[in-house]
Amino acid sequence: MSAPTSTLSRRQFLEISSAAGAGLLIGFHLEGRTAAAATLAADINAWVRIGTDDIVTLLVSESEMGQGVLTSLPMILAEELEADWSKVRSEHAPTDATKYGRQSTGGSTSIRTNYDKLRQVGAAAREMLIDAAAQTWRVDRRTCRAQNGAVRHEPTGRRLRYGQLAERAASVTPPENPPLKDRKDFRLIGKAVKRLDTPSKVNGSAIFGIDVTVPGMLVAQVAHPPAFGGRVERFDASAALAVPGVRHVVEIPTGIAVVAEHFWAAKQGRDALRVTWNDGGHGGLSSARIAAMLREIVDRGVEARNDGDVAAAVAGAANTVEAVYELPYLAHATMEPMNCTADVRADRCEIWAPTQAPSGTQQVGAGITGLPPERVTVHTTLLGGGFGRRSQTDFVADAVHTSKAVGAPVKVIWTREDDTRGGHYRPPAYNRLVGALSRDGRPVAWEHRIASPSILEAFGPLRDAVDRSSVEGAANMPYAIPNVRVTYAKADLPITLWFWRSVGSSLNAFVVESFVDELAAAAGADPVEFRLRLLAEHPRHRRVLTVAAEKAGWTTPPPAGRARGVAVHEAFGSIVAEVAEVSLRPDRTVRVHRVVCAVDCGDVVNPDTIVAQMESGIAYGLSAALYGEIHIAGGGAVEGNFDTYPVLRIDEMPAVETHIVTSGDPLGGIGEPGTPPIAPAVTNALYALTGTRIRKLPIGTVA
Amino acid sequence: MPAYTLSVNGRRQRVTAPADMPLLWVVRDLLGLTGTKFGCGIGQCRSCTVHMNGSAVFSCQIPVASAEGQEITTIEGLSPDSSHPLQRAWIGEDVPQCGYCQSGQLMSAASLLAQNPTPSDADIDRAMANNICRCGTYNRIRRAIHRAAKEMAG
Repeated sequence: MSAPTSTLSRRQFLEISSAAGAGLLIGFHLEGRTAAAATLAADINAWVRIGTDDIVTLLVSESEMGQGVLTSLPMILAEELEADWSKVRSEHAPTDATKYGRQSTGGSTSIRTNYDKLRQVGAAAREMLIDAAAQTWRVDRRTCRAQNGAVRHEPTGRRLRYGQLAERAASVTPPENPPLKDRKDFRLIGKAVKRLDTPSKVNGSAIFGIDVTVPGMLVAQVAHPPAFGGRVERFDASAALAVPGVRHVVEIPTGIAVVAEHFWAAKQGRDALRVTWNDGGHGGLSSARIAAMLREIVDRGVEARNDGDVAAAVAGAANTVEAVYELPYLAHATMEPMNCTADVRADRCEIWAPTQAPSGTQQVGAGITGLPPERVTVHTTLLGGGFGRRSQTDFVADAVHTSKAVGAPVKVIWTREDDTRGGHYRPPAYNRLVGALSRDGRPVAWEHRIASPSILEAFGPLRDAVDRSSVEGAANMPYAIPNVRVTYAKADLPITLWFWRSVGSSLNAFVVESFVDELAAAAGADPVEFRLRLLAEHPRHRRVLTVAAEKAGWTTPPPAGRARGVAVHEAFGSIVAEVAEVSLRPDRTVRVHRVVCAVDCGDVVNPDTIVAQMESGIAYGLSAALYGEIHIAGGGAVEGNFDTYPVLRIDEMPAVETHIVTSGDPLGGIGEPGTPPIAPAVTNALYALTGTRIRKLPIGTVA
Repeated sequence: MPAYTLSVNGRRQRVTAPADMPLLWVVRDLLGLTGTKFGCGIGQCRSCTVHMNGSAVFSCQIPVASAEGQEITTIEGLSPDSSHPLQRAWIGEDVPQCGYCQSGQLMSAASLLAQNPTPSDADIDRAMANNICRCGTYNRIRRAIHRAAKEMAG
């Protein structure tokens, strides 16, 4: 046993109770927020239930969107609890700020914020169960040991299962500082434990938001304005209402809802709807206009970083390199289109949503209905993908408005076209770079000017006029160059933006890792060697870079017709290096054969989850690099479905080989960091193959 | 509105629906079988894959009128107890992440193995390239299909 990693007293995070027949119920405080003493008892944000049936259930306040939290979080608890893993269950917690604090899943934080607390709670519960057993047997607790869901009295071999002990344990005083297990004794943490949610996902029984059914429920589609910032001018509902099964056509603040007995009738009704839309004054907005606007403002940015004197270093340099990099708007394209079910009554509102933002969903419900938040019940379903999109609540507003308008429970389902054209995109960016090299090929200056609209200004005025998400991965680029200047110029555009898997890093890793490759080429240096020389202060970067290069056979020639490229990037506390091996098809499109990935996320809870998230992040980033682009015309989005917004398919998926490098550093995130390096790894490989530098995504065909 | 008698997962059921209503929405909204998923509505993503007389079809493009008299199998009917070799292989390889597309993936894979018990990687590419997975579980899908094929070969 090792010492506890922190010394939260039980009063700070435990609430114990036992209802008759319910076993042991432990509430605890997951986020370590400080709270006034008077509110401590209520200031609890997760619960563990140990039932008299031996089942241990963790109520998880994070949303399961594929990243595995319904498995990895209970693993941490079960490790310390010495639970029988076959008896461990998990489910989404209800939304309740008084119990769980603010519930929101994003930023690759679930493990990082919950690891220590879940270990402490598991350890506390284990000690209480041991106490309960010792009391039952009237023996010294030091002769009892918790093991695989039971407490064993070592001298006699007597054994009581947790279910048999749970009620008695509820009356035991929780330990102040329960001892934590030594990591060499871990049975679950660090092991490739199978996901708890897989069985329900292979037989159709898993319930996603779109699968919710409520008695008396109607199904709706909402016609939204085609132009961002647009509104309904007038509409004629008569043809829509004539469609069999259509019950209501109502105007709501977000558009016009066609409410019907089922999806198909709603769709037919919506297709028959005649609407005249106002374009909000943005009808002239197009992709070309946006690109010109970004180009126009890029040199008028404010500084996000300024080391040394870039201008002087460039003026005095032997060799300079200049380049422009452009990235497009991207939709998230989750597999499950946005949807939400709401039942608004006079005195309460119930919402079922596949959401990353249960608390935000509750607020939207309260805001629209005028009810206090505690009268708004939110049920978090499984999410058919999130990638950031589902921390928005626009689809929740559609459902709450519609249910309120028609006085019945309503499930709003967006079509794929609604989803793709619905905004809240990854922002586009225009980047102008200047690099300077000394006579001996050392980089002496790096200037990166970014023009991009801002996600964060939706939350309030920007500090120092810099959107930190727009410069993440750029202002903190890791290479040791004496003169560095990074600027940000904000574009004002009506197209709604949001967090897209890895956020600013998804843009800036492409730019920074491409441009450092350009400097390496200008210096006549090997791309891996060149990076390693500039990363003396970043041993973790060096390590993943070295591992990825070695495992990819960087120093050996690739198979004929192929070339390799590399990229390394830190995001959300983890560092990932990827080596891509590519070739060109006769039609000049790219084939990515193999990706070797090395990841340092500090420590490991479930290695198979890490491997899965690297595969997933690479596939997601590759879709964007190869094809992803939302065009704007007439103030709205052009692409609508997977025929015009293509994504990676199985015949394009590279072999992915992931190497986990444990560093003992603090835990990093894992849902997002796999995405940023793939685009530059591929385009750097294309440069090695063809001599053509790709400076604009998506790649499309290579000249 | 016309009525149709459908045979879904071995059960004959009568539904009243417009003739052009896609089978997808009939099974989901009228029969309450929600394992079959809506992803695109235009036959691009195949989340809605079901079997018609044993072959994979995309149910978003099959009008209910043409499904009458056919044997329809949805993910709920692939096996009574998740014991189909593919379902076991999917669990063995921990294929799903979000899981939304996996009903369609499994139904496409089951149709493939029924026609070709020992598919090559190229065969898998051909049969499965229509099914989109946004979580990028493709390499595990491939492994799971090979694993199930091996198991079925005994």
